[in-house]
Amino acid sequence: MKRRDVLAGSGAALLSAGVARAAVPGMNPGLPQGTLDEVALATLPGKKPLLRLSDRPPNYEATMDAFATPITPNDRFFVRYHLAGIPEMAELRNWKLTVGGDAAGKEVSFTLPELRSLPQHQFVAVCQCSGNRRGLFQPHVAGVEWGTGAMGCARWTGVRLKDVLNRAGVKAGALEVILHGADGPVLPATPDFAKSIPMQRALDDDTLIAYEMNGAPLPHLNGFPIRLIVPGWTATYWMKHLNQIEISSKPLQNFWMAAAYRVPAGMFPVAHPFASQTNAQSTPITEIVVNSLVTNVADGATVKPGFEIKGIAWDSGSGIRTVETSLDGGAHWAPASLGQDLGHYAFRPFSAALKAAPGAVKVMVRATSNAGEVQVDKLKFNPAGYHHNVIQTLALTVA
Amino acid sequence: MIFRTILVALVFTAGPALAQQVVELKPGPGQDVASVRCAACHSLNYIRMNSPFLSPDGWKAEVGKMRKVFGAPMEDAEEATIISYLVANYGAPAK
Repeated sequence: MKRRDVLAGSGAALLSAGVARAAVPGMNPGLPQGTLDEVALATLPGKKPLLRLSDRPPNYEATMDAFATPITPNDRFFVRYHLAGIPEMAELRNWKLTVGGDAAGKEVSFTLPELRSLPQHQFVAVCQCSGNRRGLFQPHVAGVEWGTGAMGCARWTGVRLKDVLNRAGVKAGALEVILHGADGPVLPATPDFAKSIPMQRALDDDTLIAYEMNGAPLPHLNGFPIRLIVPGWTATYWMKHLNQIEISSKPLQNFWMAAAYRVPAGMFPVAHPFASQTNAQSTPITEIVVNSLVTNVADGATVKPGFEIKGIAWDSGSGIRTVETSLDGGAHWAPASLGQDLGHYAFRPFSAALKAAPGAVKVMVRATSNAGEVQVDKLKFNPAGYHHNVIQTLALTVA
Repeated sequence: MIFRTILVALVFTAGPALAQQVVELKPGPGQDVASVRCAACHSLNYIRMNSPFLSPDGWKAEVGKMRKVFGAPMEDAEEATIISYLVANYGAPAK
């Protein structure tokens, strides 16, 4: 497939090049200074303004107010690419999916209408970049310096991956399903972005090939025409522009599996380890850790003596058991009210009516999952900057 | 300057008519070669956002990864120039 760079940004950005500008208000002061200086609100085609971290490839995160509802609108959904060779819509409309591999019974292919003829399934799930909040790591680590907006929650509609795999036939000895997208590198020497998931996850009823997001076709830069949905797992496996699937008897050995997207072995316990990609030192990042985000009050804000905190909480799919707030540094915790339940993979809204005397107050918020996992007091540092789920603390002024 | 000419050509001929953000690195020895080599695959936002916290070894590792893992074409001397430039302009302040 012919590839071209997507040229993003606006004419305004071009004209303002070289002119020093003030940081976008509301950015987390824990980000690197260079990131605070770099980030600007910018508009990609078909999107509302997002926080631009990089232009080519496009890496844009959602602003905090995009999370005021548990469903993130498509035009406010974050955009993340590793490599700048992104096919244009005209090319993607000629899309076809092939399914084969050494552990497939035969090779089959699907056009979009053929894919849509399979039984349809739908659920709400959080899509979160593995590196969400990397920019808040202390000490800072290299990479895209995401704040808190490299995530979103959508209602995904599509077909089960297993229904597609069964059309090809899954042989005994199938170990992993390897995923390829239509996007790719600028240089032939750069490793193309391909990922794999274990057979058990591939055959899970909840692993979908989605062709709709919130009732509309996927936006171009969120994977048009289809992407994989691996609910509960970080977005590195949610292959965009998915066009080739291999059922493989061997582990995928490429940069993106063997070197990138890995966490120290044992640091983040998981329910279903990715055994074929795990070694004594490290394991692939997979299941999302329990987390929460306050969405109506920014750190440093001034509030009235009676004020409300609102936000969202999520985990890898057990669902949220409690969200609690503390005004005394974590000595005492009070439960927040949980809002609409859109499913166990979804953002769960919460709210808490709080009272504090005039002056400075620190509000802490922590979520606990139905599996009993609690957000951490102290960062579990890992060199690639994954799984930041430290309890959020807002320093507010009551007046 | 030849490098500047190449960079401008890259920015303005790489695709459809939409404007692309122009990102300038700080002036200094190595700015031109760093701009051209790095911008072959990605915008220079990546450098500015990853500052100023990487140690000299940190920048060496990043540039080495770009060359060895991602296949960025550059000569040994260019790699050394780029690392020195990034350390001096986008590295962690000396303690």
